[in-house]
Amino acid sequence: MSEQAHEAVGDYRYGFHDPEQSTIRFDKGLSEQVVRDISELKNEPEWMTEIRVKAYHHFVERPMPEWGNCSMLDGINFENVTYFLRSSDQTEKDWDDVPEDIKNTFERLGIPEAEQKWLGGVTAQYESEAVYHSIREDLEQQGVLFFDMDTGLKEHPEIVKKYFCSVVPYSDNKFAALNTAVWSGGSFIYVPKNVHVEMPVQAYFRINAKNMGQFERTLIIADEGSSIHYVEGCTAPTYSTDSLHSAVVELIAMDNAKIRYSTVQNWSANVYNLVTKRGIAHSNSVIEWVDGNIGSKLTMKYPAVILKGEGAHAEVISVAYAGEGQHQDAGAKVHHLAPRTTSNILSKSISKNGGRSSYRGMLQVTPRAEGCRSKIVCDALMLDDQSRSDTYPTMEVGNSTADLEHEASVSKISGDQLFYLMSRGFSEEEAMGMIVNGFFEPFTRELPMEYAVELNKLLELEMEGSIG
Amino acid sequence: MEVLKITDLHVSVEGTPIINGISLTIKKGEIHAIMGRNGAGKSTLANVVMGHPAYEITSGEVSFLGKPLEDYEVHQRARAGMFLSFQYPPSIPGVQVGNFLKKSVASVRDQQLKAREFRKELNGAMEQLEMDKSFLSRYVNDGFSGGEKKRLETLQMLLLKPQLALLDETDSGLDIDALRVVSKGINQIAQDAGCLVITHYQRLLDLVKPDFVHAMIDGKIVESGGPELAIKLEENGYDWLEA
Repeated sequence: MSEQAHEAVGDYRYGFHDPEQSTIRFDKGLSEQVVRDISELKNEPEWMTEIRVKAYHHFVERPMPEWGNCSMLDGINFENVTYFLRSSDQTEKDWDDVPEDIKNTFERLGIPEAEQKWLGGVTAQYESEAVYHSIREDLEQQGVLFFDMDTGLKEHPEIVKKYFCSVVPYSDNKFAALNTAVWSGGSFIYVPKNVHVEMPVQAYFRINAKNMGQFERTLIIADEGSSIHYVEGCTAPTYSTDSLHSAVVELIAMDNAKIRYSTVQNWSANVYNLVTKRGIAHSNSVIEWVDGNIGSKLTMKYPAVILKGEGAHAEVISVAYAGEGQHQDAGAKVHHLAPRTTSNILSKSISKNGGRSSYRGMLQVTPRAEGCRSKIVCDALMLDDQSRSDTYPTMEVGNSTADLEHEASVSKISGDQLFYLMSRGFSEEEAMGMIVNGFFEPFTRELPMEYAVELNKLLELEMEGSIG
Repeated sequence: MEVLKITDLHVSVEGTPIINGISLTIKKGEIHAIMGRNGAGKSTLANVVMGHPAYEITSGEVSFLGKPLEDYEVHQRARAGMFLSFQYPPSIPGVQVGNFLKKSVASVRDQQLKAREFRKELNGAMEQLEMDKSFLSRYVNDGFSGGEKKRLETLQMLLLKPQLALLDETDSGLDIDALRVVSKGINQIAQDAGCLVITHYQRLLDLVKPDFVHAMIDGKIVESGGPELAIKLEENGYDWLEA
């Protein structure tokens, strides 16, 4: 480690180092014993241990998916993954191990050095605990329960027991089973009736490394008439030496509640990002997924909403950016189970340098769902001839009163647009960046300002060196 | 001062000759009008001067302020003081006009703009062109009417203050009110710049008085004269020029 880097990390390393935890490290590979050990180490209640073990066996028995990019999926070596790491272990990673190109991107995005270290996985706990506490206190005063998932389980086992796996059962898919078996970190939030959390809950997630685990598990419950906006991730590349990220997010919006869950993730190009996100929306509630996928080797992620109560609404806005060697297999699933439920799906993807983006969507309308409305719009932008974009929409419509729209478009950056912008003083790269940012604008405008600014900057950086 | 000098220019697109030997010199403060039928090569001339990559200069030379342009990319020409008002400006979805103008002006002037001063300048120019503030939050040319597009082109020209303005059928699609404000903008710029106005119609030239008028047929200038040539072309068409 360079002298300078050591200095910057030093405070965190020594200030927050937990000697009791520093020696705990699991070998690579997975067995029932590893699963039990994780649970025991966390002093979990027995029911959680049992769910983990059941999930583990389901994971082992469940074959790999036979859809999607199977040849890429087959590249995962489950034996070569470390399934549990104390966060204090991560401090032992060396800044020098973080690849140069990622460091450069941090630099150029203007990410503060301390945060760069955290994003690089070098420091376990970034920035001051004080920020974290002040946000917590503010929420506590409103009666909002807000913990990392492990603490949530300790403090409020009755709530966790009621809702854990209620939206995404461990048997849902192979990777949900894996997550349930070995989960660690993630967030637990309960918003009481009629409480509106005004600020997007986000700062905490930029600064707490516990949430950036490989197998985080998040559970958000918005009680009747409440609302919350949760933001996770960061536009800067999240460097991970571990190549498998498999999270599960469960949302429950009770009657008249509203949950918005915004994600911007930019994994390093070695990562398999296989995430199950699903919400249940009760009567007249709203669930919105705002989901940005940049980076990773293979992302498979289809944020889902089950519209269970009459008049519930789902919104899924997603963007995907696939560069060289990357496949973004993303989309949305909406299940209209109740009358007069509505949904909007907007998916935008960009493929460049031989990258591939796929939209994979599922829209289901059950026979009892009278008078539903749904609109799906998929736009793909190809930056060159080597790249690829495809669409796999599935519709199961069991009620003839449904009002459904589906629009799809594939476009290229036109020579006319480039010439026009260049005639206004923009270099070719700047012009490309502007067109790309404009293409993603319907997504970007939904993000909190600092994320939007970073995302635009990131896309401009991505355009560099793409000419010629 | 010679702003634009075109010397025996020959241009092809995908091997098909479009411009077959044009020479033209435009000095500061001069307005030149080029008239001709569709397909005569008028737009090609404007585009090739601006550096459109689809056109190949097979022989001849174009220079701007005494410098040959062949090694300059499109954006470098813009930054050097050249401006093309497009006949059909493309839309750039998701990019707001206000933001776009600010970035464009900053890159052409090669300096950070003081937000307040720029706003003042922008407001002044928009008032002059009778443009509503709501323009600024719309996406560039996206869903614009023909007249709105031409106003935005003219607004950009006023802000960028070029030394050479190429106006490609800026009058097409304009109603009489729009034609009046757009012409005023052109006249303002023309005081300190060289202007090349491409048009089919005399009605623009009533408002923007050309010093020289050139008739173009099959990629060549076949006749040059003063404002009276435009009137003659409007009345008699082009047949008399074909020998």
